[in-house]
Formats: sequence, structure tokens, C-alpha cells
Amino acid sequence: MRQNNMIAMILAGGRGSRLLELTNKVAKPAVYYGGKYRIIDFPLSNCANSGIDVVGVLTQYESVLLNSYVAQDQRWGLDAKDSGIYVLPPREKSDGFGLYRGTADAITQNIDFIDQYDPEYVLILSGDHIYKMDYSKMLDYHKANNADVTIAVLEVTLKEASRFGIMNTDDQDRIIEFEEKPKKPKSNLASMGIYIFNWKSLRKALTEDLKNPNSTHDFGKDIIPNFIENDRRLYAWRFKGYWKDVGTIDSLWEANMDLIYRGNELDLSDPTWKIYTEDITTPPQFIGENAIVKQSYINQGCVVDGHVENSVLFTNVIVEEGAKVINSVLLPNVVVHKGAVIRRMIVAEDVEIMENAVVGSADSEEIGLEYHRIVR
Amino acid sequence: MNALGIINYDDSSVYVAGLSDYRPIPSLSFMGRYRLIDFVVSNMTNSGISHIQVYVKSKPRSVFEHLGTGRQYNINSKRGKLHLLSGEEPILSQIYNHDITAFMQNMQFIEEANFPYVVVAPSYMVYTCNFNDVLTTHIESGADVTVLYKTIDNAKEEFIGVNTLTMDRTKRITKVEKNRGKFKNRHVSLDAYVMSKKMFIELIYLAQKTSSLYTLKDVMSDSIDTLRIVGYPLHGYVACINTIEAYFRSNMELICYEKSKELFNSEWPIHTRTNDSCPTTYSALADVKSSTIANGCFIEGEIIHSVLGRGVIVKPGSVIENSIILPGATIGENVHLKNVIVDKNAKIQHIKELIGETAQPIYVKRRDNI
Repeated sequence: MRQNNMIAMILAGGRGSRLLELTNKVAKPAVYYGGKYRIIDFPLSNCANSGIDVVGVLTQYESVLLNSYVAQDQRWGLDAKDSGIYVLPPREKSDGFGLYRGTADAITQNIDFIDQYDPEYVLILSGDHIYKMDYSKMLDYHKANNADVTIAVLEVTLKEASRFGIMNTDDQDRIIEFEEKPKKPKSNLASMGIYIFNWKSLRKALTEDLKNPNSTHDFGKDIIPNFIENDRRLYAWRFKGYWKDVGTIDSLWEANMDLIYRGNELDLSDPTWKIYTEDITTPPQFIGENAIVKQSYINQGCVVDGHVENSVLFTNVIVEEGAKVINSVLLPNVVVHKGAVIRRMIVAEDVEIMENAVVGSADSEEIGLEYHRIVR
Repeated sequence: MNALGIINYDDSSVYVAGLSDYRPIPSLSFMGRYRLIDFVVSNMTNSGISHIQVYVKSKPRSVFEHLGTGRQYNINSKRGKLHLLSGEEPILSQIYNHDITAFMQNMQFIEEANFPYVVVAPSYMVYTCNFNDVLTTHIESGADVTVLYKTIDNAKEEFIGVNTLTMDRTKRITKVEKNRGKFKNRHVSLDAYVMSKKMFIELIYLAQKTSSLYTLKDVMSDSIDTLRIVGYPLHGYVACINTIEAYFRSNMELICYEKSKELFNSEWPIHTRTNDSCPTTYSALADVKSSTIANGCFIEGEIIHSVLGRGVIVKPGSVIENSIILPGATIGENVHLKNVIVDKNAKIQHIKELIGETAQPIYVKRRDNI
């Protein structure tokens, strides 16, 4: 069914440099998470599950893998006649080649794309957050308030609030002030970087912003403050549930560890809100006669004959007899040979840990990242 | 590849007690993740066959749903075709519901397919095979028909009711006999044939003319003197899923990773329809040994030498030994299962012990609540 009422634009151009070598060759939205997923599977699946048919993905940093990954729109069921995922990296134009200079600029440079669909609303998302959200409920709220902009917010503690963009609202949750990382926060409503705009108002604001020489062309810093200044109707939509912005190796590890307990808040086993991803052809997982597997989250294609505890194993990981994987996250195709021990680590894709190697330690303060192809 | 793929009805003797009451043989769950038909379709598409006709005898819903457009098997949606066919005309009696009737009723589509050769294979035989190699050998040999066979040393227990082949030095088949379990070492036919499309059509008409109850297998056995029908040996793992015991045995065999490598290899992937299940959760209480586990399971019990299908839940205190638990089943607390096949979405809660025999596993019905 054709539904161009609201289209989604996912900002997926960021590097996520604190993820170190994990983002050397891929942008942060393409980083692996949760045994079989990539982070961008979450906003894409949320779009598909919310009944959004057209999704634009704005890519910039190291975009080759991400572009080809999201272009396979059947993975998220967005391959029907009137739906699709469209990859929108920066392009050469008649007046030169323009990189995306900020989150808002990325949208401004694709006004022509959005105009093709003539939507009433545009949903702006970030490609590097992990959460499940029904955007259609947010749209209902947006319509009910007759709002120009609706911003999804998360209630955080006042202590955490100084790390976020904070929305100060009136008693109707109308936003009256926006503060970026305030030292003394007045509210605990943190912006999740999820916006619904009336396309007409946003289009106008973006066109004006483009002409403003002092603008950084950023939604948080320029567009939203501008809407507030002009007395537009901005509303905060309170989201309750799991939401993670995994910026560092430690937080990526932690977010993976959240999944080893069934009944965790994210609940990826919910059949009514599945998260879709690449369909990799592998056999099921083989657990051998010497295996010990406790409190772990393991994907298809793994072969485990060693000891795996408090860990997440991605597709096709092999843990040989006598090897130990404790408190660790092993990305696809990692091989852990006999007698090797891994503790408190994230091990990158395709890494081979040779016999009796010891990687990481039980009392390390920070989580380690192992990315060398062969580890002895 | 220059051949039309034809996935034939399974032999009429194939009956997997319990399981096949609910779905046709091609849809049987295998190794917790696959359906039987995945093997033959993947063999065909991996061999480069782009047009495949699937003949579905009865209860087609699950086969249609599973195969869909065939995209998951790499069938090109414009240039390729996965054609799901069944008998078009009413069948007065089940005895006439055999492959030759179905081929006759769909002759138009067989004739229209623009390929000089056909590869005909059923879905109840599980193996990996490059049909391209078979076709090359077939063309080089100048034979009328090439038949896949496997040399086995356990014909007393397995492949019962399947045709056994006697061949001369040129591999020409000189005698066809049903395996009645009297001998250990036999060459068993895999009911899979490579021949020219012209020969295939001639054999269909010949069968029709000879007897209205004749199947392709019958006319093939009849023709060994008039035609040059040769064998092509298949090496590697072959399972013949023609009884519940055989179904149980092959699943149990493939639990062993080393054994499974005879069937699964990354160069020859077996495709299936994704279910978008999340990974499997092992709790602190889980104790799993020598087992094959699909995605989406939640394991809090003890699993020994068993196959768990997608989304199976095993609660604390339960012990599952030598069993096959099909997708979506729930095993409640403190249940002990040994040599049991639990069908899809069944729940075992109140009965705390079910112990079958290795040779005769207990079968728990689909959606049953016990």
C-alpha cells in the first residue's frame, strides 16, 4: 500500500571514532551488535515495523560497506512495489562537490529526494542507536498536538543529564527551551535525536539555514533552537524502554552483555517486533561433547567445544576444546584454538586466536579490543 | 546450466509416522533449522539450475509458504523460475495420484521450458551433489539416462524399500531390485535422474501407455534392457528419510560436527527461509553437550545429544537426551525426555517422563499439550 504520509531519513554518516579499530573501515551504524545484528538494523527494523515504506539513509564516513548493506532492502521487508531503502551519500552537483557539513545539511542536500515523495511528515533518525520504537505512535502524538516538531525524549538521571541535549518543557510537555549538555540541567528529558517534522516547515527552515553563514547546520545546535526562537510548536514525546548510544568499546561491550539474560529490557525474542538483519546461510550451532556453555548468547553457525561463559558469540565463531571465553564478545568468524583464554574482550571479525594464547584479563579496568588477524 | 530442475513426488512408500500426517515430506523439519526440500533445491541452484519445477502432491500450504519466490535459494526473479505445480485435474482415487499423472497434467510447462536436459530428484533424500558434474558425465557417456546411486554397507537397516542397482563394468544398470533388508552391501538408487528432456517426455508417455498406475521409477526399471541407463556414484553423506526411524537416525548422526561436515560445507551452502530469530540464550543453569541448536532458543535445562529447533524453550531441571525438539516447542520444568520426537509448538509440562527406545522413538504430536 502506498503510504507517503511520512518518510524516514536516517543519519548514518558518523564514524564513532571512540570505537577505535572497529570503525576503521566501517561507519558506526554498521558496527556489529547482539550476536547477529548491525546497529542500523534497529532503526531500519523499527521503520519497517512502524509501517514506514520509504527510508533514505544518509551515509558519508567509510560508506562502501554500509551502502551495500542497507541497499538490500528485502532484509527489512522494504522491497514492496512502493517501498524501498535509498542510499544517499554526498554527491557532485553543478556547483561542486559537497560533503555533508552537519546533520541538517545532510537533509538540506537531499531536499530533492524528499520532494519526490511529497510527504506530509519527515522522521529524522540516527543510525547508531539501539532501541525498539513504534514511530507510528509518535506520529499520532505529533498529530494530536498539532505540532511542528516532535522530539523523542528519554528520562535520564539529573547526573547523566549534563551529557545530553536537554529539553525543558512546560506542564503539557511543550518544549520551551533546549540546552546542549547543560552544566546545571533544569530537566531530565534527554533528546534521543529522533524528530518528526512537518515537511513544509522543515523544508523552509533548512533553506533558510543554508543561507545563514553562522550556522553549523546541525539539528541540535541550529534547527531546533531556531524553531523554539520562532515560537513554533515543539513537543517532547516520552519514550520508555531500552535505548543505548554505544560510543565506546566499554559501552558496546556492556550493551552486548545486556542480552545474555533472557527477560532483558530490549527483548530481541519478541515475535511482534522482530529486528531483521542479513540472512547468512550457515548450519545451526554445534555444541560439542566437551563444551560448557553458561549465561551466553550464541548465534547460528557457531561450533563450541570449549568453555563459554557470560559471553556473546556472533555467526560462525569456533571455540575449540579446552579454550575459554569469559565475559567477552566475539564478532563473526572468530576462531579460538585449543587452550586459548579470552577474558573481558571484544574480539573483532575474522580474528584467529592461536593455541594457548591469553587475551585480556579478569581484572582489567577497561574492556580490551583485539583486532590483529592472528594472535599468538 | 542447461537443464530444467524437477523436484519429483517422494516415493509412495515414504511415510514418516506422525510428522508426515501434518505436512508433506518436503516440509519436514531437519536439523532444527532446515526443511527437507532445502537440500534438493540448494543442490539445484548451487549447480546453476535457474528453472525449477516443484511437484507437490498434497497439503501444499507449508511448501508454498517455505519456498516462496525462491529468492533465498538465489533464483533470479526475472530470469529464473521456481514453479510450484500440482495435479490440475481432480484425482478420482489416490492410486492415480502419482508423478506420471502430475507430469502429464503439466506437460505444457515441461515442453515450454527451453532446456535440452532435465534433472529429476525427490526431496526425501538428503545429500549434497553438484548436478553439473553429473550432467557433464551424462553427456560424455552417451547414456540415455544417468541415475545417482550411493554404495552403502548398512542396507539391512537403511534405505529399506528403495531400489538397489546391479551394474556391469560400464556402470550400465542390468538389474533393479527392491531393498528388502536382506543384504549389507548394496548400491541404492537415489531416485535422481539426469537425461534429455526428450527422453524424459518419452518415458512419461511410455509409462502412461503401459499402466495408469506406473510411476517414473517403474518405467525406469522396465527400461533397463531397451535403454542404456547408467549409474553415477555419489560420495559423501546421504540420508534416506523414508521412515520415522530413518528421520531420527539421520538427525542424531549429524549432531556430530565432524560427521556434519560431510553434508555441510561453506562452498556449497544449504539455503533456507530465514525466520529472523534472535540468537539462542543459554542461562546459568544450562548444561548442553553434543547437541545441535537452532536460533531463538532459551535453554535452562540439560541437553545431551539432541537437536533443538528454532525458538525451543527448555525450563530448569529438565533433561533432554537423544531427542529431537521441533521449532517452537516448550519443555517445562523437571521433565525428562529420552528418545523422543516433539513436534512443532507442543508443550510438555505435566507429564514428567517420556522414555522411548533408540530404535523406536516416542512421537509427541504438533501443538499437543501434555
